[in-house]
Amino acid sequence: MATAAAEKLAKPETADLAALAMRLGDDALVLGQRYSEWVGHAPALELEMAVSNLALDLIGEAQLWLDLAARLEGRGRDADKLAYLRDVLDFTNLLIVEQPNHDWAYTVLRHYLYSVYHRLLVEGLARAPEPAFAEIAAKVLPEVRYHVKFAHSWVLRLGDGTEESHRRLQAALDRLWRFTGEMFVDDELTTRLEAAGFAPLASGLKAAWEEEVGATFKEAGVTPPQPKQMITGGRIGHHGEHLGHLLAELQFLQRAYPGLEW
Amino acid sequence: MAAATGTGTGGKAAAAAGDAAARVRAVLETVMDPEIPVVSIVDLGMLRRVEQGADGVIEVVLSPTYTGCPATDVIRRLVEEALDEAGIRPVRVRYELSPPWSTDWISEEGRRKLAEYGIAPPALKERADAPVACPRCGSEQTELVSAFGSTPCKALRRCLSCLEPFEHFKCH
Repeated sequence: MATAAAEKLAKPETADLAALAMRLGDDALVLGQRYSEWVGHAPALELEMAVSNLALDLIGEAQLWLDLAARLEGRGRDADKLAYLRDVLDFTNLLIVEQPNHDWAYTVLRHYLYSVYHRLLVEGLARAPEPAFAEIAAKVLPEVRYHVKFAHSWVLRLGDGTEESHRRLQAALDRLWRFTGEMFVDDELTTRLEAAGFAPLASGLKAAWEEEVGATFKEAGVTPPQPKQMITGGRIGHHGEHLGHLLAELQFLQRAYPGLEW
Repeated sequence: MAAATGTGTGGKAAAAAGDAAARVRAVLETVMDPEIPVVSIVDLGMLRRVEQGADGVIEVVLSPTYTGCPATDVIRRLVEEALDEAGIRPVRVRYELSPPWSTDWISEEGRRKLAEYGIAPPALKERADAPVACPRCGSEQTELVSAFGSTPCKALRRCLSCLEPFEHFKCH
């Protein structure tokens, strides 16, 4: 009886679950859109196929999370409306995923840094007490694991490649490092979800992430820059200038021709 | 007597539902994957079950393969069209995520057809690290060219014996 009461108290608020699904969907959508930008520009044909597949996986994942977010919020929106008709300030993605692609080293390193976090997060959610979350997490997990494998092999290849590839990988790490802290920032939402026994704290993923990426850096022969102020704010809608440009392209068709289907 | 009649009718209804499921299944065996037109969606293990919805409509429950596979929506339409063509209507096609589809669900028949078509079939998950044999010459001396191929389900490999490039249905 006491247990049942405690469980009832601990049940997470629907609005919190919707917000979490939105975060997951926004990360996947924005990064998927970034990969779409590589199509036609990747360094080799095989990499064109790789980035377009990464984009497909992520946009497919975004659709699942945003559909869930839309169902939970119950405001008559759907995944398409959430993707195409929200303004910049309503997006809750991490800043790391909205950064422009720069070169290939930056792209694959970003994919590695994000994918290890992404995998840890969905591994945790696959055990979530809420079936809707657990089934989406279990569904995307094999793909996310594959992403980590792919990105990991590229980090090693560039780090251990030529002088130029090594230099570019190190430069990418220097640029990206300050966006990694945001993945592990706890806020009111993650704190409430953790208290409800729903999901681990964001900070709870940090040690495993650091251990895994640290081992890879060592093998690739690169070092993160000295710790400095991490840049955060994406989760509460404080974005850089880049997201607006990305959304302008992503949302153009629905904004110009509302309700258009094709 | 009434009870016996009731049972009899129930038995008939169950048999009819079973017949409908068998007919649906037979039709779905002719619905090919749009990207790999030699394997049917049944071969791929996408058909989860056929059931009767609360409203009496026949429901076809499918497993989506890869999350972002653009064929998912096409397949839904192909299934609806094929069943309509066969006079089976009304039907509802529904995707169910859990448990997640795995390449382990691809039938023996499906694996054989993939290999004949030139696509190395996926190993069972427990043997995921087994060498990938060339579907043309059978050599196990092959190398990975790209982790991703022309569709999300495939990787690109090359045979070091006959030198032919080929696709590999990734173990998933």
